[in-house]
Amino acid sequence: MKILTQHIDVPGIETIDVFMKNGGYKAVEKAIKTMTPDEVTEEVKKSGLRGRGGAGFPMGMKWSFLAKPEGVPRYLVCNADESEPGTFKDHYLMMKSPHTLIEGMIVSSFALGANTSYIYVRGELMYVINILEKAIQEAYDKGLLGKNILGSGYDLDLFVQPGGGAYICGEETALLESLEGKRGNPRNKPPFPAVKGLWQCPTVVNNVESIAATSWIVNNGGDAYAAIGVGRSTGTKLISASGHIKKPGVYEIPLGITVEEFIYSDEYCGGIRDGHKLKAVVAGGSSVPILSADNILTTDAGEKRLMTYESLSEGGFATGTMLGSGGFIVMDETTCIVHNTLTFARFYHHESCGQCSPCREGTGWMDKVIKRIETGKGRSEDIDLLVDVAKKIEGNTICPLGDAAAWPVAAAIRHFRDEFEWHITHPEEATKPGAVYMRPGASWSN
Amino acid sequence: MKVTIDNITLDVEPGTTIMQAARMIGPEVAPPAMCYYEPLQGSGGKCRACLVKVTAGSEKDPRPMPKLVPACITAVQDGMIVENTVNEAVLETRKGIVEFLLLNHPLDCPVCDQAGECHLQDFSFEHGVSSTRTVEERNTFEPVDLGENIKLNMNRCILCYRCVYTADQITDGRVHGVMNRGDHAEISTYIEKAIDNDFSGNVIDVCPVGALTDKTYRFKSRVWFSKPMDAHCSCDKCSGNVTLWYRGDEVIRVTGRKNQWGELKEFICNTCRFDRKKTSDWVIEGPTEVSRHSVISANKYGANMIRPAFPIAQAARDFKQIDDNRDRSFLENKSILPAKK
Repeated sequence: MKILTQHIDVPGIETIDVFMKNGGYKAVEKAIKTMTPDEVTEEVKKSGLRGRGGAGFPMGMKWSFLAKPEGVPRYLVCNADESEPGTFKDHYLMMKSPHTLIEGMIVSSFALGANTSYIYVRGELMYVINILEKAIQEAYDKGLLGKNILGSGYDLDLFVQPGGGAYICGEETALLESLEGKRGNPRNKPPFPAVKGLWQCPTVVNNVESIAATSWIVNNGGDAYAAIGVGRSTGTKLISASGHIKKPGVYEIPLGITVEEFIYSDEYCGGIRDGHKLKAVVAGGSSVPILSADNILTTDAGEKRLMTYESLSEGGFATGTMLGSGGFIVMDETTCIVHNTLTFARFYHHESCGQCSPCREGTGWMDKVIKRIETGKGRSEDIDLLVDVAKKIEGNTICPLGDAAAWPVAAAIRHFRDEFEWHITHPEEATKPGAVYMRPGASWSN
Repeated sequence: MKVTIDNITLDVEPGTTIMQAARMIGPEVAPPAMCYYEPLQGSGGKCRACLVKVTAGSEKDPRPMPKLVPACITAVQDGMIVENTVNEAVLETRKGIVEFLLLNHPLDCPVCDQAGECHLQDFSFEHGVSSTRTVEERNTFEPVDLGENIKLNMNRCILCYRCVYTADQITDGRVHGVMNRGDHAEISTYIEKAIDNDFSGNVIDVCPVGALTDKTYRFKSRVWFSKPMDAHCSCDKCSGNVTLWYRGDEVIRVTGRKNQWGELKEFICNTCRFDRKKTSDWVIEGPTEVSRHSVISANKYGANMIRPAFPIAQAARDFKQIDDNRDRSFLENKSILPAKK
């Protein structure tokens, strides 16, 4: 079942003519000519579509929180500041099929009553920005954007804004600050963006994938979308698969297939690279807890884990993880978890905005301690210190970056503590190039 | 609106924050504030020192809030129940915050001008632990001059953003802000420009630590050796209400007047602060009221005559007889010990 990537391999899909030949922009026509904004919102609510940026908040509900005072403009902002290590799905979608996003933007803006909308793209993706700009110009030329769209009296201007290349600007309030031309520091909440967002006006910030899915929902109805998937995880999800698998890439999966199928079937990842076996998986981008092979394939209850929001988080933080943004990083047994954790910790150290003290100081502290362990200078008390620092950051910060920095470290220690201990007790072996800890009884290959 | 903080209930106006309500009760229950500064709009929420537990959100919705909330920016709801000093988790978190703030702080209090009136000293004394767990090298910066009267020592900065808000809100043409991010973020004027306006000196007063110091006072004295006096003058730029800091007959420093929470009552101009350093420039109103517990009051106003009963009682209680030949006469002096029962 493919929704977003159905026509993505059609040659020339990035041009509006080919896109329209393949059924593009029908949703705009349907929504603007035959539906009211509230009806569109209702369909999105019915679809059960959940935010694809990471938090998984129901999108229809987010839309219904939007304050609608008289005489105040409302904005829709598309969050395309995809910078989470391991996640590259939005990049792929915008690069291959920019009109899918633009169609979704028009439909969503219409539903929210926004007359100005923005796509905030991370600055590193300058060529994607050029593709989007070109596509938007085409849409303007066809009368799908601008004044009086399709003769309906609805106006919409769509702008692309390049970011400066900061991970933190993917946090919605930091994104709005950055969009306003300020330093990208997250705001204190409340007030939430739905009440006071961009330029203190009501604003909805949604992920690229969520917005792109709305046009299919308008075309086929919310119920049809809700029919895909399991339970409260409806629809399809783009998964960016990377790491030690045979076929890395972006896959669109119907939510609800098993993790095992996703990793091992030939339709998706195609299994672990030859001669190796699965050691650990980061299921939703670098900020979600890492899980060992046993925990990712089966839940505590012994059931097969599914690719859904609920199933992945089953077991809480002890044995569960999160679907997050769908950055699926697979590691085989040649991976050193300490080194991997160091990479993540260094990333969060580098990307912390420095506004609130637990995250500013804590991320740097964790980075330095793990660095010491990795280079063979660890002390036996360092592991408990890391757990305690992670605990003191978690939940005490302005934005979720603190949690995102704390979880990977805490989870790596929870599931691979013996590996950290080995680094501390065997510094000479551990610092040899390519050295990886093997659990007693473990082997290098199948 | 009724709000209960640490089992004390009081009535407040709608829109009051938990911090303001707690301060109405008194310093015993007021959470510490490192970044929040009431006169500056938009300040607060950054240092996380004032995190408190809300055990009941409001009368209507009495569920507890899932996370600790910053008291300085959270508005009270009717029937809210807040736990500050009585909650274990809050105190534990606060220990962590002290640790985080001190992580890259040089702890050069012995040579720092702010020592004695430093909020970070007070905060770590009241809420921190006595030992450190870090062995990591600290991040360091070179001290820079912001104009001829202000010295910026970024090593000591805790990035409270107060000086940025001050510059934004009370002076024209802000030239300084925060550059870089994470623990490398620094207060800076873009490429070491001088801060040049009539009210720039106030950034020294709002700084909770010794990151921004007065170059006309630098290394001249310690705050507890100087004697603060309220004084005023007729100034055409500001109200002219200041505190003069005397050492002997010499005015060694001029600052704005601060309230109980260390916040400026009025912002003063640079002429008053840096140039009027003669007693003849001022009309003296009298000694500044200083808390008896402050180190500033030590050796002044007869404060040294007051016997601090509690520490001596505690010392006597904790005293263990050691069999040695040192002179213990001071402990056998009956006049300073509480009478034995």
